[in-house]
Amino acid sequence: MDPHAYLARHIVDLPKSGIREFFDIVSTRTGVVSLAIGEPDFDSPWHIREAAAKSLDKGCTHYTGNAGLIELRTAIADYVHTNFGGTYDPATEILITVGASEGLDIALRAILNPGDEVLYHEPCFVSYGPEIAMAHGVPVPVETRVEDNFRLSIEALEAKVTPRTKALMLNFPNNPTGAVLERADVEAIAAFAIRHNLIVISDEIYAEMTWGGKKHVSFASIPELRDRLILHHGYSKSWAMTGFRMAYVCAPKWMMDTILKIHQYAIMCAPTTSQYAALEAMRHPAEDMKPMLQAYEQRRNFLRAAFTEAGIPMHTPAGAFYAFPQIAKFGLTSREFAVRLLDAENVAVVPGTAFGACGEGFVRCSYATGLEQLKEAVTRIARFVKTL
Amino acid sequence: MVESLLDILRSNAKESPENMARLLGVDVTEVENAIARLEDEGIIRGWQAIINEDLVPHDSVTAVIEVRVTPERDGGFNRIAEEVSRFEETEAVYLMSGAYDLLLFVSGKTLLSVARFVSEKLSTIRGIVSTATHFRLKTYKQNNVLMAKPQDDKRLVVSP
Repeated sequence: MDPHAYLARHIVDLPKSGIREFFDIVSTRTGVVSLAIGEPDFDSPWHIREAAAKSLDKGCTHYTGNAGLIELRTAIADYVHTNFGGTYDPATEILITVGASEGLDIALRAILNPGDEVLYHEPCFVSYGPEIAMAHGVPVPVETRVEDNFRLSIEALEAKVTPRTKALMLNFPNNPTGAVLERADVEAIAAFAIRHNLIVISDEIYAEMTWGGKKHVSFASIPELRDRLILHHGYSKSWAMTGFRMAYVCAPKWMMDTILKIHQYAIMCAPTTSQYAALEAMRHPAEDMKPMLQAYEQRRNFLRAAFTEAGIPMHTPAGAFYAFPQIAKFGLTSREFAVRLLDAENVAVVPGTAFGACGEGFVRCSYATGLEQLKEAVTRIARFVKTL
Repeated sequence: MVESLLDILRSNAKESPENMARLLGVDVTEVENAIARLEDEGIIRGWQAIINEDLVPHDSVTAVIEVRVTPERDGGFNRIAEEVSRFEETEAVYLMSGAYDLLLFVSGKTLLSVARFVSEKLSTIRGIVSTATHFRLKTYKQNNVLMAKPQDDKRLVVSP
């Protein structure tokens, strides 16, 4: 049968995920030291797992309301107010989703009409372009450059905005570059969005992970943006709860009503067990995160020093748990570098091109990996680049 | 910096000064000087391996002993605690709150040798009122290190 005749063309035409392709290569091997894992190496804090198990014991195995447990949404409203600077009504402006990926998907579906353009920066999380396309939008990548520490410049945005542009999608602290935005950047981008009447979709999943004394500046801290901002945050990264698939969307009521409609028809509600785990996670967030954040920051320092010593240039990542070293000088493409490194030394890194065409010349190294693994990996990488 | 340095040493005392410098984002001499200072100040009191004694093929037993003591007018528990600490059999001595006063970790070659230590050395010290001895059967965790081998990484090898 001809797939084009039966399957949705806009989905069939989507490119395969570069990460998926590389996963297929890596998974044929054994004993790989992997710096290719985009999730914490820590297990979820014990008391959170315990709360999930207890909720099962107590028989909390039913649907919750579409938007999620009101206790959880109330706790989120407090957390977002304290840590992001935004004020949201838990009853009408907060929605619990199945990971931030669902949140991004339903936000896009809620706002896009076919042909609407969405600006998003590259390199970026692998799903952004496809998610826009799946919502019948037109993905318009805007390049960020190593010279700017991968921060998003207004000039680059102005060059790509058109009358069809509906929204701007952002992720800072950034996967895969580790870039963070300064307050001046956030203010300038907010002003740009207001000037062009755009909705801002801000994925701030790595909000708590900033290094070297830098503090995350949330788009929710700009009051003028409130009416056009869809904020995403969740538990996967900072609480090491990826498998719980717990995240949330904050948006003004006029948008949330429509976003919720999709969630209600497509998902019904986020898993109840996970919601109880997330509720427990709201009890002592700083305590839960502290040891993990301390480890990540030290590992970042370690990678930065080790790559510098190995003669591999790298901008200093100020957030998330990724380093994005520049390997262009070795005369290989990102993919060739990653494949040959895997062949020669059994170390997995992700080719920068998995995160957008402008990721060429870079590879992503996750430091959500134990220190001993990290040491072994950089020793092998240093040995490998000497052979190039 | 010192607090982070101590954290690193607590988890791996064999970490090289170069790696510690990389982890902390400081100069290697800064790390070496800080360690020397910590040793001088007596904050770092020694360097030892964490050994799973259950796997070492030798005969030894370890006991935890709760000791009740009559405190002295001058110095409280200190004289007795220090005297007890000087015995080569005692590995660790702590002053505790609660139902007893001193907690001792004692090791010996056999059950009998520990029993003899308790009856002949410990109990005869003036001021010691009573002792309760518990023998250790198996170690699961020590110095924050699990004695079982770590489980395999359950994560996918590549993920977005």
